[in-house]
Amino acid sequence: MKSTEEILEYLIDRFPETEFQSLKEDVGPMRIKVPASAIKDVAKVLRDDDQLQFNTLMCLSGLHYPKEEEMGVAYHLCSTHFGHNLAVNVRVPEVKPELPTIEQIWKTANWHEREAYDMFGIIFTGHPDLRRILCPDDWEGHPLRKDYVQQETYRGVTTKEN
Amino acid sequence: MIELITDTDERREMTINMGPQHPSTHGVLRLELLLDGEIIKKVKPHIGYLHRCFEKYAEEMDDYAKVIPYTDRMDYVSAMNQEHGYVIALERMLELEVPDKVEHIRVIVAEMQRIASHLLGIGAFGLDLGAFTPFLYLFTEREKILDIFEKVSGARLLYNYMAVGGLMRDVHPEFKADVADFVKTFRPKIKELDDLLSYNKIFVKRTANIGILPVKVALNYGASGPVLRGSGMKWDLRKNDTYSIYNQFEFDIPVGSGEVGTLGDCWDRYNVRVREMEQSLLIIEQALDSMPEEGDVMEAIPRRIRMKEGEIYTRTESPRGELGYFIVGDNSATPYRIKVRAPSFVHLSMLPAISKGSLIADIVAIVGSIDIVLGEVDR
Repeated sequence: MKSTEEILEYLIDRFPETEFQSLKEDVGPMRIKVPASAIKDVAKVLRDDDQLQFNTLMCLSGLHYPKEEEMGVAYHLCSTHFGHNLAVNVRVPEVKPELPTIEQIWKTANWHEREAYDMFGIIFTGHPDLRRILCPDDWEGHPLRKDYVQQETYRGVTTKEN
Repeated sequence: MIELITDTDERREMTINMGPQHPSTHGVLRLELLLDGEIIKKVKPHIGYLHRCFEKYAEEMDDYAKVIPYTDRMDYVSAMNQEHGYVIALERMLELEVPDKVEHIRVIVAEMQRIASHLLGIGAFGLDLGAFTPFLYLFTEREKILDIFEKVSGARLLYNYMAVGGLMRDVHPEFKADVADFVKTFRPKIKELDDLLSYNKIFVKRTANIGILPVKVALNYGASGPVLRGSGMKWDLRKNDTYSIYNQFEFDIPVGSGEVGTLGDCWDRYNVRVREMEQSLLIIEQALDSMPEEGDVMEAIPRRIRMKEGEIYTRTESPRGELGYFIVGDNSATPYRIKVRAPSFVHLSMLPAISKGSLIADIVAIVGSIDIVLGEVDR
């Protein structure tokens, strides 16, 4: 069982070129911020490394930070071997919210990434089937963005209550 | 002269839709099936018919506590467990101490809800495969639990009973006697269920060796709860990432063993649920014994919740598996973001992987055995 600090040190050793950052706020555990371009390689090491063995992805969530003009993705990993957990955050610019998919590493990410795309418009490059999942295919906008404006009508039906 | 088609290599593929109004899809789920005769070549689940954007609602509440009734409506057959997960997440963020009595009542109702949820899941599973009688027997038992919940909270399905730091109200005076009575009458019913359904020849034929899920695949797909345990992995968040007061109780984690077929088949997942009900009864009994009589269940409820900055992911063991709440606070009384990691959503995503190559009748068994609730899938 490793703490987040130890995992961060370990990752810095493995990826000397990559800029990692530790995040800690008033509440909640420490998290690791990873640059978007490196997420796939880092995820692969997190899963396959003997010392880490994060064999399941518990959750993948999209986030929107309008103040910073950024979108975010939060990954929550768990290792059933060692019992340690890890929270990884990635930020991408609002104007071009693109990052590599991790669907090939943890299959469960397939639907979670589709949901993040549907709700936030985050594009996961390399995803085999990036379609909307909860909203209809021809829905306009991404509902969970903070600046979302709901469309007035959908196929001739009003969407708002009177 | 009639010309017979002799070319046996000619195969025709057909796409059909199963649902969204199909009795065995457990709600409004549409499965797009690509068939070769009766063999499934590909499944594409289409979800979202019950989508209410719970997460958007939550961001518009001016109080964290106002989200609790919405959590009920996600997995509407195990509302207590949904509330339990949410209040635990908030209590961890607020570092709130919860009175011992509250914890005991929560555990008792959560375990009763687990039994009620499994009764529905098992009953509907049998129903999918043509066994009508067990469904009625199980519903009689579920009714007894709902009666107790009605006395406790005033509602039978969506309770809004748990509050951050406490409970909405104290239990009624006969609560302990009611629950003890239920435990006593329910235990022999599990044996009855085994005779009626578990080892029924037709039921075994329909579920053994069907929809086999190897444990490695299960983990990669993020499976949890009875689905993961059905594949033989001893993993229960009540023990492995313990919360509330579950560490005070002694209970076992039933896992699949391939008793009548192959490890990780539909029957194993079913059987894990049945055996789990026995363990829940054990937990309830222990909690009844150690539950303090005195105590105010509302004393620790904060008047107003103001969350500091930060994010937290909390998970609890719901009847369907790992129920996670990812909550982001931003120094205000309104949640910045709440994401729910619903076990049914994750389990449904692996349906294409485990049903490829099976018969069309088997997909009914597979969907039934992963026990999905569409309210939770679509949120």
